[in-house]
Amino acid sequence: MDFSSINPALLIASLMVSATPILLAAIGEAVVEKSGVLNLGVEGMMIVGAVVGFIVAVNTDTPLLGFVCAAIISGIFSIIFGILTQYLKSNQVATGLGLTLVGLGLSALLGRPYEGMKSPTLKALEIPFFSDIPVLGKMLFSHDLMIYFSIFLVTLVWWFLKYTHAGMVLRAVGENHDAAHALGYKVVLVRMLAIMFGGATSGLGGAYISLARVPQWTEGMTAGAGWIALAIVVFASWRPWRVLFGAYIFGGVTVLQLNLQAAGASIPVEYLSMSPYLITIVVLVIISSRGNQGAPASLGRPFHASS
Amino acid sequence: MFKLEKRPEQSQKWIYLSPFLAVLITMISGGILFATLGENPFEAIRIIFWDPLFDPSFASYSRPQLLVKAGPLILIAIGLSFGFKAGVWNIGAEGQYILGAIFGASVALAFYPMESKLIFPLMIIAGALGGFLWGLIPALLKAKLNTNEILVSLMLVYVAESILASVSQGLLKNPDGYGFPGSRNLQNYASAANVEIIANSGMHWGVLFAFITVIFSYIILTKHIQGFNIQLTGQAPRASKFAGVNPTANIVFCLGISGALAGLAGMFEVSGPSGQITIEFNSGYGFTAIIVAFLGRLHPIGIFLSGLLIALTYIGGELAQLMLGLPGASIQLFQGMLLFFLLATDLFANYKVKIGANK
Repeated sequence: MDFSSINPALLIASLMVSATPILLAAIGEAVVEKSGVLNLGVEGMMIVGAVVGFIVAVNTDTPLLGFVCAAIISGIFSIIFGILTQYLKSNQVATGLGLTLVGLGLSALLGRPYEGMKSPTLKALEIPFFSDIPVLGKMLFSHDLMIYFSIFLVTLVWWFLKYTHAGMVLRAVGENHDAAHALGYKVVLVRMLAIMFGGATSGLGGAYISLARVPQWTEGMTAGAGWIALAIVVFASWRPWRVLFGAYIFGGVTVLQLNLQAAGASIPVEYLSMSPYLITIVVLVIISSRGNQGAPASLGRPFHASS
Repeated sequence: MFKLEKRPEQSQKWIYLSPFLAVLITMISGGILFATLGENPFEAIRIIFWDPLFDPSFASYSRPQLLVKAGPLILIAIGLSFGFKAGVWNIGAEGQYILGAIFGASVALAFYPMESKLIFPLMIIAGALGGFLWGLIPALLKAKLNTNEILVSLMLVYVAESILASVSQGLLKNPDGYGFPGSRNLQNYASAANVEIIANSGMHWGVLFAFITVIFSYIILTKHIQGFNIQLTGQAPRASKFAGVNPTANIVFCLGISGALAGLAGMFEVSGPSGQITIEFNSGYGFTAIIVAFLGRLHPIGIFLSGLLIALTYIGGELAQLMLGLPGASIQLFQGMLLFFLLATDLFANYKVKIGANK
């Protein structure tokens, strides 16, 4: 076993790469849940984003366009969930599961001709001056655009929820939809927009897996990332900065586990590869044993305006 | 425009009608899907839903497959339906299925090559126990610490897949297998083989178990207090507390029984149709069973029928793959669409739709 092959600077850099798909999906889902909707279809929306992003990027040779299309198509895909749950009043848990199942099937169907191809990847943006700082430069300031964008998105969501009127309306809808409705806010519209935002960021997250982290297309390649994103939202108590923190911790575990595999640690590979999922469970247990503070009060409850 | 009016009670008529409507809409939109893939939609639908049962050249192979596929689906879906009724969401049946198979196969391999009539019953117990224990983890965490059972049960699927990969390359690997991953084939081990009860019917012990489970769950849900408790907890959680329903016992019952049944399904699969533990042993029955449970209205008889229908789409999908070169994933998509349309048509059961009505 040779632990000296694990370079801490590279470890942190690859931690950010590994955490970004989950971060993007989780920050969107946090907004969705803040509006009082539980969308369990994150995994499905991510994999649709992954395949769409991949197809567009390969055909146009423009990864950035792949990301844009992934966000748009996953946003549209999430509208199915929105219509079913918001207009047709279906059960959110079942519909979200359905979205995941359909997404997995749809992506496998679309991606079949692309199996085994390699995608063009985003170039690293070396931030002038900062990227020349020894160690720190490689670690924090030589990433691709999406990583910076994901952090920007967290900031944006934090600012939106905390300081804008629209953000306040969204939180009100999530806390008590009947009261929000009585005040004249359009509950269903707010929730539809939140669902579409969540769809779009999940699509970006998925595309980041197929365009940056791996970068190729294989069936079912999100491998539970969407579910982990859901867990991270709970872990973060629905707060944007904690979502970032949670995603990076999780990314750290994943990367460390892969590094240990590569370094030939004496722990069997199977135990290492199950570790991210086990750690997610442990974290969920710790969080829930303290009580789920911060869960939006109307989360998952159906809304029907009777008047 | 249209307006929704909540029905004071679910419409019984629509509860039974909406699955049929959903199947019909799925067939139509599936036809459109196949047409866009460049296939004749009528031919594709016929190949999926008709030929496996009635075409003389395929039916002799396909008909038994119907029961082989429906057995595990029904068994798992019945278990899930208890929890879904009570608002306990076990979506990790796939993991419980894997653990059941590993436990069952381990018992068989421990006794190999001894022959005894007791081995198969022991395997059944072990399979149920494996799934039960795997289901107990989210159950206890939910009951004691209020941890979200959806996420925990799902995470445990990935853990189970890692365990499966590990044992099929290590602990349970066939010592005479020339180094290939995978266990001994239990079909070649008379005491452990899950054989067909009626030759060439597809009716193996697991299918029989599934049918018995349908009857038992019908009795539990309609005649037994536990069935009442489950429905009460799902429909009125607060009322159920006042009625003295023990929430811990309820959660453990729901997740435990669905785990045990999924474990049984895995055990019957590994000792029967699959024959051995391999890395790719699990094929998604645990997830498809969720669709089966909903399509069957969480009702035992409904699940029985929807299990057969979904099994038909599996076999028909394989046939369509063979005949038309349709990708296997299109069937997965087809099944997912079915769930969507079912959820959508549920609207009619819960709401009255008034078209062009008052403003």
